[in-house]
Amino acid sequence: MNKPVLGALVGGILGIFDGLSALVSAPETAPQIVGIIIGSTFKGLIVGVLVGWYASRVQSLAKGMIVGLIVAAFFAYLVAAMPQPDGTHYYWEIMLPGSIVGLIVGYATQKYGRARRIA
Amino acid sequence: MTTWLPNAVVEHLRVVATWPELPGERYVIDRPIGRGGMGTVYVARDTALERDVAVKVSNAPAPGGGLDDRLRQEARVLARLEHPGIVPVHDAGLLADGRLFYVMKLVHGETLSTHVARIEGEAAMLGIFERVTETMAFAHEAGVVHRDLKPSNVMVGRFGEVLVLDWGVASVMAKDTTLAGTRVGTPGFMSPEQARGEAATGTASDVFALGALLFWMLTGDAPPLTPDEATRRLRAAPRRPVKRLAAIVLKSLAPDASQRYAHAADLAADLARYRAGGPVSAHRETALERAGHWFVKYRTFILLIAAYLVMRAMFAFLR
Repeated sequence: MNKPVLGALVGGILGIFDGLSALVSAPETAPQIVGIIIGSTFKGLIVGVLVGWYASRVQSLAKGMIVGLIVAAFFAYLVAAMPQPDGTHYYWEIMLPGSIVGLIVGYATQKYGRARRIA
Repeated sequence: MTTWLPNAVVEHLRVVATWPELPGERYVIDRPIGRGGMGTVYVARDTALERDVAVKVSNAPAPGGGLDDRLRQEARVLARLEHPGIVPVHDAGLLADGRLFYVMKLVHGETLSTHVARIEGEAAMLGIFERVTETMAFAHEAGVVHRDLKPSNVMVGRFGEVLVLDWGVASVMAKDTTLAGTRVGTPGFMSPEQARGEAATGTASDVFALGALLFWMLTGDAPPLTPDEATRRLRAAPRRPVKRLAAIVLKSLAPDASQRYAHAADLAADLARYRAGGPVSAHRETALERAGHWFVKYRTFILLIAAYLVMRAMFAFLR
């Protein structure tokens, strides 16, 4: 499995769980949970592909994890910037766990998956 | 006696006169560097390629004896084993008196017997041992058994290269003509079946010698005769090995050849698993040990997941 596909897979799966965890950390979001899960999964897929693509070009665990952190934090920020129906924002609740998901994807894509072949 | 030459010159000429006379003008002997039971090794100058080489000359008092046969066998074994861990043979021939010699690469370094004192840390020690094991695995694959592996037969070069020397008593499997009752090897490093003088000693004998070598590197002594005593000494060793490494040593030293690793390659594979932090075939792990290795192997991943879960739990708790 190549690194972008692996990144998408890990990011997607973690995105599903990340979305589901909203039921625990913010139970009042239960009515919107389907939308949250879809959005979170989609975010995880994009982050995974980007971080996996980077990992296929740069072999460095530290750099890979930092890129994962930054990319995931950025996408998490875009999600968090959208206000809730009551006008509140969950910046920390979305960005902190989302960034850790990015770290995990960065780690996984650096450690595993097939690197780009040199022609 | 009156002489017009200084004593030192006379003495030098006397010594030089005992050096062998190599045929032709290509190799010029410079000095002896070692003498074994089978042959003497000299540093010589290869005038054609302008480099120093090592020349091993048979110690046989007359040509055509058993020592010549052994030296010829050694040269042929070395010639068929092209590997970074084995000294390459360049040339072979007969002296003017009919004795055999062969020319090989001159290796600068020291034997493991002296080098071991300067090895720092288990990783460096196992790195050297792994190279020896890989060389033996290659020899076994080529059908050759060394039969006299010991610290003085391992050379560590100036740039870290590790070479297995002295293949004089090596046997080519399926062609071995060693008679039953003939003891081949070095006490302390020879397998029980070699000590008994059994005719058919295979790759497992070299595995025993490898185990003895690793035991020696860890404890500073050749292994004792019983596994219980070996276990006790490993526990008291200055470089006390962990259970899995001790199990690798003890499996290699099993008195019964069928209980050892069959080939050096199997030992090398177990050693590589040990060095990678994984389970080894020589040691049956408890569930707790397995969990510990699994955690060590995936610790970053586990810690990241744990950090995520802690973060989520924290936000749920703070609400």
